[in-house]
Formats: sequence, C-alpha cells, structure tokens
Amino acid sequence: MAEAGTVETHGAHTHDAHHEQSFWSKYIFSTDHKMIAMQYMLTGMAMALIGGFMSYAFRMQLAFPGETVPGYGLVSQGEYNALVTNHGTIMIFWVAMPVLIAAFGNFLIPLMIGADDMVFPRINRLSFQIFLLSAIILIVSFFVPGGGFGGAWTAYPPLSSTAEYSLTPLGSTLWLVAVALEFVAFLLGGINFITTLMNARAPGMKMHDIPMVLWMIVIASILFMASVGPLIAGAVMLFMDQVVGTGFYDPGRGGDPILWQHLFWFFGHPEVYVVFLPAMGIVADIICTFSRKKLFNYKLILYTVFATAIISFFVWAHHQFVAGIDPRMANVFTITTLIISIPIAEMMFLYIATLYGGSIRLTTPMLWALAFIAEFLIGGITGIFLGASGSDIYFHDTYFVLAHFHYTFFPIAVIGFFAGITYWFPKMFGRMMNPILGKIHFWGTIVSFNCIFIPLFVLGIAGQHRRIYDYQNFPDLALAGLQDLRVFATAALLVMLAFQAIFLFNFVYSIFKGKPAGKNPWKSNTLEWTTESPPPHGNWPELPNCYRGPYEYSVPGREEDYWPQDVPPDTAAAE
Amino acid sequence: MSTTRPIATTRSATGIPTGKLAVWWVIVSEIVIFGGLLASYVMHRIGHPEWAEYASHTNTWFGGANTFVLLTSSLFAVLAHHAAEHGDGKKAAKWLLGTCAGGLTFLCIKAVEWTGEIQHGYTITANGFWHFYYTAAGLHALHVIAGCIIMLIIARQAWKGEELHRVELIGIYWHFVDIVWIFLFPLLYIAK
Repeated sequence: MAEAGTVETHGAHTHDAHHEQSFWSKYIFSTDHKMIAMQYMLTGMAMALIGGFMSYAFRMQLAFPGETVPGYGLVSQGEYNALVTNHGTIMIFWVAMPVLIAAFGNFLIPLMIGADDMVFPRINRLSFQIFLLSAIILIVSFFVPGGGFGGAWTAYPPLSSTAEYSLTPLGSTLWLVAVALEFVAFLLGGINFITTLMNARAPGMKMHDIPMVLWMIVIASILFMASVGPLIAGAVMLFMDQVVGTGFYDPGRGGDPILWQHLFWFFGHPEVYVVFLPAMGIVADIICTFSRKKLFNYKLILYTVFATAIISFFVWAHHQFVAGIDPRMANVFTITTLIISIPIAEMMFLYIATLYGGSIRLTTPMLWALAFIAEFLIGGITGIFLGASGSDIYFHDTYFVLAHFHYTFFPIAVIGFFAGITYWFPKMFGRMMNPILGKIHFWGTIVSFNCIFIPLFVLGIAGQHRRIYDYQNFPDLALAGLQDLRVFATAALLVMLAFQAIFLFNFVYSIFKGKPAGKNPWKSNTLEWTTESPPPHGNWPELPNCYRGPYEYSVPGREEDYWPQDVPPDTAAAE
Repeated sequence: MSTTRPIATTRSATGIPTGKLAVWWVIVSEIVIFGGLLASYVMHRIGHPEWAEYASHTNTWFGGANTFVLLTSSLFAVLAHHAAEHGDGKKAAKWLLGTCAGGLTFLCIKAVEWTGEIQHGYTITANGFWHFYYTAAGLHALHVIAGCIIMLIIARQAWKGEELHRVELIGIYWHFVDIVWIFLFPLLYIAK
C-alpha cells in the first residue's frame, strides 16, 4: 500500500541491533531469517554427508558383494534395504528440500524483496526446530532394535504397514513420524514464504519486478502445500495401520494397498517440481547476471512455471503403470506426462535464448548453472521412455529408472545447490570463494557424476532390477561385463565423494580467509546486493525502494551494464 | 523478550492483513489433508456396498446434536468478531469462551457416543468403515481441541484489549473446523 513507504524507514529494528545477543539467542534460538537459513543449510549439508555415506556403503556392496566395506563393515541384506531407503528419503526430504527451499528461501526472500525479515519470524524458528527434530528422529531410527526402515523411500504397503513384513517394527514407525514432522516444518515455512512474498515487498516492487528465483520458491511452496495434504492423510492411515492395527491398506480386511500409491504419488510427483523449481530459479538469476542480459521473456517463463505446477497434479499415476491400474487410465496419464515436458522444454529454450548473444562470464556459479541445464536435459529426455506406459513396462523398477531420476535430482539438489551457494556465498559470509578450487571441484564432480550414472542406464537397459542385494545370484545379471559396469560406477562414486572434500575445504577456508567481497561482487541488480555483505540484523539501515525489474542488464544508453533495482530513475537518461 | 515486530510483518502489498492471509493459507493446507482422507473414504465406500450396513450402526441423533452444537459455537465466534470490531475486548472474550464451551460440549457428546459404540464392539479395528469413522472424526476432534486451546489464549489477550484482530482469525479457523464437520456428518452418519 502506498503509505507503507513513508512510515517504515527508521525505527523498529534498531533496538535489536544495539544490544549484544547471547550465543544462544544469536545462533541457536535466532528468529533472524539469515541465521535460520544457515541452520537449514548446515543441517542439510550434514544430512547430505550422511546420505552420501549411505550410497557409498551400498554401492560398495553392489560392486564387491559380500565383502567388508571400509569404514562401514559388512552390509547385511536388511541393512542394505535400510541404506537404500534412507539414502532416498534423506536426499529428498532432508537435503533437497531444506537446502533449496528452506535455506535459499529464508535467505533470499526478505533480502530480495527489500524487507527486514520474514513476516512471522517465530514461526520460522519453530519450522526449523521441528525440522531438526525430524532429522534427529530419522537418524535415531537407525539405532533402534530391528534397525532402520527398509521398505524403499516410497514405503509401499503392505511392506511398510506390518512389522511381519518389514521386520522393523520401530524403524518404520519412526521413519513415518520423521517424514510427517518434516512435512509440518515445511508447511509452516511455506506459509511464511508465501505470505512474505505476497505482503512484505518493498514499495514499488510490482509482481513482475520479483526475481524469478523467488517466484519459483514460492510457487514450489504453494505446490507443496497443495499436494502434501493427501499424503499426510495417507501417513495418518499408515501410522494407524502400524500402531493401532487398522487395515486401511490391508486387502484382506477391505483395505487397498494401491490407495497408498495414489496418495503418495499425488504428492510425490508434484514434489519433483517442488524441488525442481527453486533450482531452476537459482539458475535463472545466475545466467542473467553472468551473461549480462535480460531474462528472455520473463512473463513467458512465469507462465511455463504456472503450467508446470498445474499439470504436475495430473501425472502421478505414471509411477503405477505396472501396479495393476486400468490400461485406459494408464493412457490418460501417459498423455499428461508427455504434455508436462512441453512447459519444461519451453523453459529450457527460454534459458538458452537468454544466453544467446550475451557476454558470458564462466565463473564457478555460471558453470554450475550451465551444467544444470545440460544434465537436467538428459534427465528430462530419458523420462520420455518412462512416461510412455508401453515402454515403462519394460523399464519399470530397473536401473534405467534409477539413472533417470538421478539425472533429475542430482542436477536439482546438488548442482542447483552448488550454483546457489557459489553465487550467494559472498553475500552470506562477506567473502569470495576461491575460483580455482571451485572450478576443480566443478569438473571433478560433473565428470564423475556422469561416470556413475551413464553405466547405470546401460545396466537398466540390460534388465537389471533395482533393490537387489547381490546380483551374483541371478545368472543373467551376474555376467562379467555387467559387473564391470557396477564396479566402474562405484569407482566413479568414490571419485565424486573425494572431490567434495575440495568443496568443504574451500567453503570453510573462504568463510574465514576468503577475499573480502564488498557489497556487489557480481555487479548484479537484485536488492540483496545493495546491502552490506553479510547483511546486518534488519538487513538495511533504511529499507530500499524498488524502481524496476530485476534483470535490467546491458541497457542501451547507460554507462554501466547493470541497473540495480533500488536506483531511482535517472530523469536525464529517460529523456 | 523482544516483542517488536519486523517491518515486514506490518507491510501489506496485497491489502489483506498478513495474519489473515496466513490463516487462509493454513486452511488451504488443511483442506487438502481432509480432502485426501475423505476422497479415500468415498472411493472405498463406492467400492464396498457392504459398508452401508456398518454405517447403519452410527447414531444420527448424536451426530445431529453435534452439528447443532458446532453451528451454534460458530455463531458465537461471529458475535465475538462483531464485539472485537467495535473494540469491546471483554465482550469478545466472553463470546470466545462461549465458542470454546461449544467445542467442549462437542467433544463430550463425542466421548459418550464413542464409548457406547466401542462397548458394542464397533472399535477402530473392526473393519474398513470403522477405520475411517474413527480416524476422520478423530482428526477433526484434534482440530477442535487445538482450536479451543488457541481460542483460550486469544480470549485472554482480548480481555486485556490486546491483539483484537486475532479474534477474527480464530473465527475463520473455527468456521473451517465447522465446515469439515458439515462434510463428515453426512458422509459418516446420514449415508446409510
């Protein structure tokens, strides 16, 4: 509203800035959005290490079956299942979501819209605390009698609903409780994100002046909110089945196990876009900054995002083509699944059009952003084979599926994260990361990533089923050529994990010893670059106003090739 | 303890107060939770004609009385909002206590009803219909309990004349809880 601009420049937040905060209120029980973002990011990174370690353990078992894994020990059948299950659960719910949505959302939303904090700081803190609790419960579930849940991250009943089948009476219930709490945390955070973006924008910031990454994070939050409800209902039913002894999913007692699949994938497929959109938004901001060009057709990109979000609610049953659903229904879902590739492809083309003719600077974040586009493209194209119900019958539950979704989730969760962290690191910590180490880490990670998953495509086409502990028991799959591919993929995984040490070193070293960054090291337009790095409590001494869109790069007739959003219009230049 | 709100909270680019906007989004997230549960129930109900026989053991009079109690409590919530709009915090607090009493009456009736049903052997594990009956009504009852607790906190603030706008917010939530019951009542009691 118009009067907001006049009353809010000085005042409320100065009192916080003046008194020293204790360690606890500054770092642990902070309500400051930047600190909560750091908490989410560090928790997510710690969980990524745990999830990565799990993949190390089960990949070693696949490459060298029955041998002791250094640093882990012997992987038993039950442990193998628990490792695979929790690797998936952790990487999606405790890495991709907290890092891409919660960490970048919390850090960027107030800074990019020119506000001093989220609209509900204490709900924000509560959201993180519930999230942390959920992470602790998930880790604890590994050490209870019976071990961690091993029924795959999709938790299909009856495997998940009865202890007789899962053999993990406590582990599966704790897993379910942890996932449900994580949902609660993200619902609270999502409400905060949506209301903040809707209501707390700087004076003058219109709908189409909002940086694309914020649109994408907030649309992802809405998407999450609109899709997770049925799964929460489903989780309540699964919990009742596990604990109270109901038979919601027990066909012997009038229940239906397929019901869970519908409820799970009604959430599960939009969930792909919940994490995809923030990564896509991060990439949009980075490619504009480093090609010094306006985002190609901002509004069209926004419409493709809306289209993706809406269509994502109508594709879920493509995960169930072999679950005995009606073939006529499978046809419908094949068509909707192929349709959803249109807006995504359109987004890709618009990004490439943004790059076209720009003066491209291959900084570390830009490399990650370009790699995102390239690698996600492979993930998208291999999805076509799985979206078509006919070919999916062959590919279903093979390593082809596994390689396909790793070619989507790895670019999203890992490449998207590295793009974002290398780009906003100077703003978060006030120092630059080392570009040489950054590029070594980039190439090491990207090359080894492809070396892990291209062999898995081949194995999948050869018919290798997922969720098998030891292929030596299957004559068709125990062939030496196939085993060589497994060993190769595992070796590439070891290389990739080793390269992450370079990142961790660069990250920690640069926080303390990096080159001071200044306010705007990348010469970017958006509002977060107009304050100090790192931003003080309250973000700005006086909150900025917004005068133009976020991507006014290389505007003809201006001396500099960028035009920050908070610079008042130059009347002389306008004439 | 710091009670200063960030400037962000006081802004209103949409013209809708931030608190009200948030409550509506909470309701959106709740609609899909109950929507998922009830859609699952309806699909099962269509697939299992024999559930009509189980449903005939529910007591429509108890359900009807509870519908009446909840609707009356919603009226009190409206009257509380009316008083709050006129700046009368004490009157708003009294009406909110009335709403809360309605919620407690609802829970008491529910307790009596469930006790009788459980004694007749219609427990949650009996069969599919009773799974849904107790789970859906139980999830709703949890929302009634949560609403009552929040309402008491807001009534206390309203009594002191603080945060009067919150009276409307809890009212919106309470109407939502009411509407969920309006869906549950025909689905669980009337459809036989």
